[in-house]
Amino acid sequence: MISVKKIAVQHVLLVVALIAAVALAVQEGWGAQEESPAVTTEQVDPALEEQVREIAANLRCPTCRALSVLDSPSGMAQEMRGLIRDQLLSGKTPDEVTAYFVERYGEWILLQPKAEGFNWTVWLLPVLLLAGGLVFVLMTARRWVQQGQARAAEEGQEGEI
Amino acid sequence: MTNTVGYSAIVGALVVSLVGAVIAFAAVRTGRSGLAALGRRASYVVFGLACLANLTMVYALVTHDFSVGYVAQVGSRSTPMFYTVISLWSSLDGSILFWGLIIAGYTAAVVYIHRSRYRELMPAVAGTLLVVNAFFWLLLAGPANPFTQVFPVPADGPGPNPLLQNHPFMGLHPPLLYLGYVGLAVPFAFGIAALITGKLGGDWIRAVRRWTMAPWIFLTCGIVAGAWWSYEVLGWGGYWAWDPVENASFLPWLTATAFLHSIMVQERRQTLKTWNILLVVATFLLTLFGTFLTRSGILASVHAFTEGLIGPFFLGFITFVLLASLVLLAWRTDELKSEPTLDSVASRETAFLLNNLLLVAFTFTVLLGTMYPLIAEAVRGVKVSVGAPYFNRMSVPISLALVFLAGVGPALPWRRGSPELLSRKFVWPSAVALLAGVGFWLLGARDFWTWLTLVLAVLAVGLLWGEFWRPARARMQAQGEGMGRALASLTLKNRRRYGGYVVHLGIVVMAVGIALSATYRKEREVTLAIGQSAEFAGYVVRLDSLYAGREAHRDFVEAAFGIGKGSEQLAVLTPRLNYYPMSDQPIGTPHVRTRPHEDLYLSLMAYARDGSTATVNIIVNPMVVWIWIGGGIVALGALFAISTVGTGGVTGRRPEIAVERDAQPIRAAVGGSD
Amino acid sequence: MSFKKLLIPASAIPIIALLAYGLTRDPNKIESPLPGREAFAFSSETLDGDTVRLADLRGSVVVMNFWASWCVACIEEHGYFVEAERLYADSDFQMLGIVYQDTPENARRWMRMRGGDWPSLIDPNSRIAIDYGVYGVPETYFIDKTGRIAFKQIGPVSRALLHQKVDSLLAAPATGDLTATERSAEAISVGESPGHVGDQPVEESDRPTSEGQP
Repeated sequence: MISVKKIAVQHVLLVVALIAAVALAVQEGWGAQEESPAVTTEQVDPALEEQVREIAANLRCPTCRALSVLDSPSGMAQEMRGLIRDQLLSGKTPDEVTAYFVERYGEWILLQPKAEGFNWTVWLLPVLLLAGGLVFVLMTARRWVQQGQARAAEEGQEGEI
Repeated sequence: MTNTVGYSAIVGALVVSLVGAVIAFAAVRTGRSGLAALGRRASYVVFGLACLANLTMVYALVTHDFSVGYVAQVGSRSTPMFYTVISLWSSLDGSILFWGLIIAGYTAAVVYIHRSRYRELMPAVAGTLLVVNAFFWLLLAGPANPFTQVFPVPADGPGPNPLLQNHPFMGLHPPLLYLGYVGLAVPFAFGIAALITGKLGGDWIRAVRRWTMAPWIFLTCGIVAGAWWSYEVLGWGGYWAWDPVENASFLPWLTATAFLHSIMVQERRQTLKTWNILLVVATFLLTLFGTFLTRSGILASVHAFTEGLIGPFFLGFITFVLLASLVLLAWRTDELKSEPTLDSVASRETAFLLNNLLLVAFTFTVLLGTMYPLIAEAVRGVKVSVGAPYFNRMSVPISLALVFLAGVGPALPWRRGSPELLSRKFVWPSAVALLAGVGFWLLGARDFWTWLTLVLAVLAVGLLWGEFWRPARARMQAQGEGMGRALASLTLKNRRRYGGYVVHLGIVVMAVGIALSATYRKEREVTLAIGQSAEFAGYVVRLDSLYAGREAHRDFVEAAFGIGKGSEQLAVLTPRLNYYPMSDQPIGTPHVRTRPHEDLYLSLMAYARDGSTATVNIIVNPMVVWIWIGGGIVALGALFAISTVGTGGVTGRRPEIAVERDAQPIRAAVGGSD
Repeated sequence: MSFKKLLIPASAIPIIALLAYGLTRDPNKIESPLPGREAFAFSSETLDGDTVRLADLRGSVVVMNFWASWCVACIEEHGYFVEAERLYADSDFQMLGIVYQDTPENARRWMRMRGGDWPSLIDPNSRIAIDYGVYGVPETYFIDKTGRIAFKQIGPVSRALLHQKVDSLLAAPATGDLTATERSAEAISVGESPGHVGDQPVEESDRPTSEGQP
């Protein structure tokens, strides 16, 4: 018979190895991210690029359907990223840059509805449903437990709870 | 001639499904087995006619018979044979014809496999499915007729949409998706049959599990294959854009998943009867809704087919299904009542309730987000967009709660568990997860949600592993088996249970892949001259050459990039841009180098006319491959769960009962031997 | 069936209503916020190397067309523009092309092939296109004599629409306030559906008086 202990050790080692593999893989990503990515052809300011990405991620690419300006490979999205970068460099705040696009394209260009007025429904209804559902499920579960106890009590004395 | 054959087959299928439905419902009413047999035969005839109609269309496509409307629309002499055949589903009318085939196939399969069982349910199941059939054949006979006569006959056609002939995955992704989508009509038919006959107890729940699992597997594979296809083809380095049509495929997946869990509660505890009916009806309605979205053109989407009369037809059918189901449900409310009891809040039952709550909330959120542009237009009169930032923000917390339950649920016993058992099960995995959490933090995981995903994944894997390991050890001790043997015999005898756990593992793997690739993706666009190189994220990307070429159905420009790490040469990647005759803009084909820890993804964006420079988007995507692997694990686990000991296929005799009986001693061993 | 039971099927009504409403809407119609606003100033080089400033065209009705040589839907409307250039030669009318996402060589070849003497501007980095909220080509802006954007057409223009807009703008006085028409942001259709665009009831939105009264 194989030693149970030995196998227990084996499986602990297995789990540790799995975690280590994930950790190694992701560490490479994290490590690399902290260095500024060096591109031979251009100089890049990481903080600015981050701001550009943040703004572009929330704008809808007009020539494509569901993609953001950040994700879209289309020429128009590329030019828009350039425009965002230029506007930031010229001293505009991210909110002003976004406002510029809304002014020209309408609210349609925002990929998430502004949390104001009627738009709150799209943000709050799911949260309310989840919270209400949670309360309902837990209360139901408790009621069912009570029903179970009541029935067990009816059924006889030998059933110790 | 071809048109006549094809259209006659369609009309024939419409007539036979209508007559068959009437006969089947007459069989429900009278209980006469002769009528039921006649209804079955009608289903076979419909299937035969569906095959005939589809084969006729494939024949017309392959022989370039441009007198057939659909062929003139999507056919082209220059399109390769493979893409010619699969252009059967590349456009609106053809795809509905293909749907007709699948629904007819499912109908015939269901009535054949259960020809001598569930005598009360089956005629109603057949009747319901034949009504669904009739709807699709009505569409095909009317607004979606693919066999319209074209005159004068054109010499050539435009060929299918370039995006759909750019990757062989197009031969796989739509059929899988359709098999899943359409197949969910079967559990719906069982639910309706249960309502009609009043047999709301065990039978329909037992029968419906496999008939839900099979489409669920197809749908899962279809969704993952679709994500993979967009990753490999669309060139933006992502796989899921929360496009309305992607959402439409995801919605019934969510409710079907909820249904697969909640029927287990009904099986065990004879409760949640109304809920299960609601879920199965909602799932079918969501598949209709998804089809409606793609085919009516009510929401802007990259995938949407053009509009026509099909929208109103679909809306009519959705209304009919919704009202009929709800009226039936209201009629049976009194019989659906149950008096459920629960032994403890910390039980598998509660986990299932929470799982259902989360999945339904998820469904609601995605549905609301998808429909919100329409709602906002109706209420505010303004066009708004709801896209990835909204869906990501809303779905990440729900998904993480689901990952948590994927581990915790299976570890919680049915009814109640002793505190000692619970602590034995939870202490180690929790400790490991906490340690891993500290480790990930120290390694630099500063993004909270990603960090949490990793920690919950470790917890879930630990808990699930315990569910395999504990009973396996009990077997090893009791019967002196080796670990591999113990695990094998354990899982083989409890396929449903352990298959389910494997599915959970696959979901956890996918969650890790999604979280890491979304958070730590890096991309940079560079323009390189021939011989010039750029360094990015540890890779050196050098433009070696740029050349143009011609294939039968397209021209292309391809760039060859030498990829290196440090001084070491790793590979040559050749992303390209394809030019199709009937398309204004080039369609890119990115080139991906996949490794377990990260993908290097090159997408050619632009090039100089004189061939001196090329602009390339370099994307480094960590752990993406684990999303596809996780999807594969999910599919395999689910297949394992519905495979049966001895008899193969769906005809196995109540394997669940055997499994349950068999599971008892093991569970006892788990509880007692530690 | 009791009243309470009827409530269950009744819950379906709002969903059906929403979907039915959806069928009446065209998701590709996006209302531009621009009509009624002052046209944004720009200056750029034409395909022939001259420089054009929009401000210099003040006093004329400007039909500003975003186009590209790879754009199939642009072919037909181009003929109408050539025709209009001839027809309105003696009026305060100016055609202005803006090349969208295209190379100057291709654009020049197109103009030679299809005719038209009006200036076509090169739009480096698509700055003009983004400034005007262009979704894709073709798109056409009608700018009145006072330099305001009166109307935006997404998708190709039909001959009827072109003449109607230009005629009404030519008839309007060179100074003065915006009329109700010009302010009314008309829903316009994106994308290539030529048949669709031609079908639009242009007359309705063009009557200033009927628009103002509910």
